[in-house]
Amino acid sequence: MTTSAPSTRTRHVVARAGEIKPGDRKLVEIAGRPIALFNLNGEFFAIGDKCPHEAGSLCKGKLGSFADSDEPGKYHLTHQGEVIKCPWHGWEFDIRTGQSYCDPQQVRVRSYDAGVAHGSDLLTGPFKAETYKVTVEEDYVVINL
Amino acid sequence: MSDVITRSQPAPVMIGGKQRLSVIDCDIHPQFGSKDEILPFLPERWQDYMKTYGGLYRQALADTLSHPRMAPDVARNDAWPPKGPPGSDLAFMREQHLDANNIDHGMLMPLNRGPANQRNLDFGAALAHAVNDWQLHYWVNPEPRLHGSIVIAHDDAKAAVVEIELRAKDKSFSQIMMPPHSIEPLGRRKYWPVYEAAQACNLPISFHVSGVNGFASTGSGSPSYYIEEHHTNVRGMQSLITSMVLEGVFEQFPQLRIVLVEGGLAWAPSLKWRLDKHWMRFRLEVPHLKRPPSEYIREHIWFTTQPLDEPDRDQDLAEILEFIGCDRVMFSTDYPHWDFDDPRFVLGKLALSDEKKEMIFSGNAKKLYNLS
Ligand code: FES
Repeated sequence: MTTSAPSTRTRHVVARAGEIKPGDRKLVEIAGRPIALFNLNGEFFAIGDKCPHEAGSLCKGKLGSFADSDEPGKYHLTHQGEVIKCPWHGWEFDIRTGQSYCDPQQVRVRSYDAGVAHGSDLLTGPFKAETYKVTVEEDYVVINL
Repeated sequence: MSDVITRSQPAPVMIGGKQRLSVIDCDIHPQFGSKDEILPFLPERWQDYMKTYGGLYRQALADTLSHPRMAPDVARNDAWPPKGPPGSDLAFMREQHLDANNIDHGMLMPLNRGPANQRNLDFGAALAHAVNDWQLHYWVNPEPRLHGSIVIAHDDAKAAVVEIELRAKDKSFSQIMMPPHSIEPLGRRKYWPVYEAAQACNLPISFHVSGVNGFASTGSGSPSYYIEEHHTNVRGMQSLITSMVLEGVFEQFPQLRIVLVEGGLAWAPSLKWRLDKHWMRFRLEVPHLKRPPSEYIREHIWFTTQPLDEPDRDQDLAEILEFIGCDRVMFSTDYPHWDFDDPRFVLGKLALSDEKKEMIFSGNAKKLYNLS
């Protein structure tokens, strides 16, 4: 999570911070690219919305955990609430990194640098916000791209 | 930047970079909007029966399946319409599937309440008849892209034949539908009247994975996991082909055409090799077979693509398709179920000529079902 962006990238204002509650998500688009944005206990994470398998919309999936096991008959859960499961065939992705569970080396979705910026910060620097009227009073979710 | 919540419609399915590909989907599941939606299609006697007793599937717990499914209503999480279960809303299906995926024709595969699973055969027959009327009313009449499948309860072959003959005159129905998990192996003679009627009416029979027959799904009991049970769909299809071929069904009914839906296809070459090998040794046991088993399979069996077998190299899949015969493979999605295949994805996986891709996406189904 960052609140400022390197100068080579553009800050895209994609939502008001208050409109996505913890545990919730929103489908946003930057330059025609669909991106799934998640609020995980107040932190924001963004990954490409299209599943690398058959392009199901990850934003429509279920959030859950990875179930891991060291031997048959035993299991434990990790990454609770941080795993999005594709609504089509259930491939699982870590919303922090975009990595898949079954093939983390080769299968991943792009993860984007998302964070919260205060309206007053934004008004001083370059940013893009087509549908939001940015005001100094509010916090916004920003994706750096 | 943007407040967009709805996704833009997916691009049309294109072939050769420019031409819109016509898609025929051999597996679409319509669903009741509510469990009582079927009642008005049943005569009063069976309405009362259904309200009083419900369905009696052939297993200990009435009206249930052997394993809980992968997802609620076996559906894609994004296939729930504003109201009712997935597959119950025609407008939603048009928008999410028929229009978005270039579906020019779709074959309905109603699994609703499983008429063939009913132990009460008369109720099964009444339910099959009702489901067929329901298909016309809610789906085929309002949407000409959709084609009905004649649902039957085949364990009462006589009643099944009555239903087939009644519906076959109606061009709204393109095929007959049966579950592969039957009480007896499907080549057995008790089912022959159904095959005879299908041949006489010139309608293919589509076997879509399903059927609650009261037997464990493997030869050594019930599997522990859904993933394990799910795989028995393949064995179900193999048993079905083996039984039909070896019992001589295709000798008896040389025009009979069979479609296998959702049971995969990559296993077909090995089944053919093994059956041919065994036939060379055991030929005398089945003297009614005039040709090697693989020839009956090549001629009489059509395979559907979903769920697509996904080997690492697309070329391996292409070889298997060539071996089966690209004229015997038809595209299917299984919409709105959780293992739906997107036509763009399948198109990308077919390392075949454009001509063969078109056969798989529409040409073969057009011929088989006599569609224009
Ligand atoms: S499209 Fe996501 S798992 Fe298949």
